[in-house]
Amino acid sequence: MATQITMPQMGFDMTEGTIAAWLKKEGDVVNKGEPIAEIETDKTTIQVESFSSGVLRKIIAQVGQKVPVGEVIGIIADPDEQVEAPQPSASAASPAQPSVPKVNGAAQPAAPAPAAAQPPAPPVVNEGRIIATPVARRLAEERGIDLRYVKGTGPEGRITKADVEAFVPPARLAPEPEPIGKPVGSPILKEPEPTPRPAPAVEPALQPAVVPAVAPATKQPLTRMRQTIATRMVASKQQVPHFYITVSVEMDVALALRAQINESLKPEGIKISVNDMVIRAVALALRRFPNMNASFTPEGLEQHDHVHVGSAVTVEGGLVTVTVRDTDTKTLKQISQEMTALVERARNNKMQPGDIGGQTFTISNLGMYDVENFIAIVNQPDAGILAVATATPTPVVRNGEVVVRTIMRMTLSGDHRVTDGAEGAQFINEVKRLLENPWSLVL
Amino acid sequence: MAEITYREALKRALREEMQRDPTVVIWGEDVVAYAGGGAYGVTSGLAKEFPGRVRDTPIAEEAIIGVGIGAAMGGLRPVCEIMTVNFTLVAWDQIVNHAAKQSHMFNGQIKVPMVIRTPNGHGRTAATHSQNFDAWFAHIPGLKVVAPATPYDAKGLLKTSIRDDDPVVFLEHLQLYGTRGEVPDEEYLIPIGVSDYKRRGKDLTIVTWGRMTMESLKAARILAEEGVDAEIVDLRTLRPLDLSLAFESVHKTNRAIVVEEGWRTAGLGAEIAASLQEQAFNDLDAPIARVAGLEVPMPYAKNLERATLPFAEDVVAAVRAMMQKQY
Repeated sequence: MATQITMPQMGFDMTEGTIAAWLKKEGDVVNKGEPIAEIETDKTTIQVESFSSGVLRKIIAQVGQKVPVGEVIGIIADPDEQVEAPQPSASAASPAQPSVPKVNGAAQPAAPAPAAAQPPAPPVVNEGRIIATPVARRLAEERGIDLRYVKGTGPEGRITKADVEAFVPPARLAPEPEPIGKPVGSPILKEPEPTPRPAPAVEPALQPAVVPAVAPATKQPLTRMRQTIATRMVASKQQVPHFYITVSVEMDVALALRAQINESLKPEGIKISVNDMVIRAVALALRRFPNMNASFTPEGLEQHDHVHVGSAVTVEGGLVTVTVRDTDTKTLKQISQEMTALVERARNNKMQPGDIGGQTFTISNLGMYDVENFIAIVNQPDAGILAVATATPTPVVRNGEVVVRTIMRMTLSGDHRVTDGAEGAQFINEVKRLLENPWSLVL
Repeated sequence: MAEITYREALKRALREEMQRDPTVVIWGEDVVAYAGGGAYGVTSGLAKEFPGRVRDTPIAEEAIIGVGIGAAMGGLRPVCEIMTVNFTLVAWDQIVNHAAKQSHMFNGQIKVPMVIRTPNGHGRTAATHSQNFDAWFAHIPGLKVVAPATPYDAKGLLKTSIRDDDPVVFLEHLQLYGTRGEVPDEEYLIPIGVSDYKRRGKDLTIVTWGRMTMESLKAARILAEEGVDAEIVDLRTLRPLDLSLAFESVHKTNRAIVVEEGWRTAGLGAEIAASLQEQAFNDLDAPIARVAGLEVPMPYAKNLERATLPFAEDVVAAVRAMMQKQY
């Protein structure tokens, strides 16, 4: 029986994904659970696994195509079964090209992808003679942009400087093995000609002492992740009235308990991190402060019926928020195991649906970088984010005496549309109380 | 620094140069007698200050220029005033075939250090007295052609023109004589062949000169309220033509409009546009636009005269079209 492979949803805010690569060709035998395609989302690349066994009979969405969640991207069926490709939706038919909409309704049929995955060919929007202003041509030449892919907005579709400046080449996809020797350029970005090195103007003997050359200024094109981070952070800073509350947490007891727990978990190869304890503490505190586990919507404050604590994870080129779902129902051990797996998948670009997004509160922990304190930007739609700094021996006053304690500072950034300083202060003090009385984390 | 009229600035330049150099003389129709000095009052009072050196001539422009050329060849520095540019037409043989040629035909052994001062323009003076011959003079090798827009430039450039060893056609403008601007009391010179930014901006470049510089400045103020930031390059000298600032500006703005008062066909704007596309082609993001006078003999009726000539609103309209990509 024919099975349709659809674009999976990975994270609540994912609306579409781009086919990064097909790992199987049409006609290949596919086993249930076998990865068949790689999907690129705003944040990461994930593998799509087959839900059934059979033969990959039809590839509907080609490499580079952007496909809405739920749309059919391919069909698996028995070798001799009749299969009919569903009509792809309008947006599914348009290859990935955020800044280059189709021109004059003349949709370019997506070229069939060759068997081996190639970087995506964007739609050619200009056939034949290209009408572009001289400065647009010069700029395109300087930036190595092929004007055939740039839509003109001037009179008679003339490509202007602004059009070239606005042109964003599609993000490069997972690299394929390349022939040795000659680099393969993306079809949009031309390979720059090597510039011959100018002969030194001064005889070597007359040259002044060698000064280390400052690296020349460069402009890197924005990756998809960078664009997403930029958009989301700007939106948050513009829309969310942030307020900040900092507390100092005495971590000595927690660290001692953690050492004991880790000692006992050694045979299982599990190691609880400080962050795992913070996650657990935040999850428990959120249960007591449902208004901190909420989102602002124009229709009203939405208090969530579940606690999903997200953690910002550094990956190459940026960061993602991985989410431990129903965090408040999970033990420290479960949280630790889940986080280890999540971080590993995030760093290896092997995220699965549900790994990222959907969080109701976020933790950003820079403890490993030796920071005293820092302030995070609210990760919308959360009502707050907790910035966790390094636990470090610090002189403090206890009972009128100066003593040394391991102090970890935490700063809550709150969305003032949802909550206020008093509630934020109570909430962060509850997190502090749980961490300073860490048995409550394991009971 | 005092604010004085364009007319007064010219007179100060003449006075300073006459004080400085006894070979400087002024000849022209009514430069002594009429209204105290010249049809437009530029030379008023100078005849008294410099006895014998300011002389009225017969109504014979060819003679005025011819005598001026001879005197210049003989060692004087005559400033010949032609009452309006329209009257230079009868002296064109002298200007083009004699003044512009002597030095070149005699291996530089003969110099013709004279200035021909004359106003372009209009002012209810009808078809034969309301013309603009910028392009005609700028077309002639051997001449230098100056067309200042402000009192400051008028003074500095007239002084330089008088000291120049080549014949200089100094194009004033009927509508500029009464305009005011700041002019320093101390002496200064402005070199011939050097253009000037009259306004800095980033969105488009207006290349212009003379009266249209002032109209372009008015236009730029209107455009600024609409968020369009125009840069204005005032050429000041039409021959030799200094387009270096125009190129520099277009490199930044990528858009150029040439604004001239004269007729469009074979006008100086055409030359400027051609040079821009030759030398700044890769900087252009739009076709070069031209604003110019309508190609008709000037009507006498006031409303029709106004309709014939370019004003600030015409510059604004051209800029709007360019910025909205309606070119």
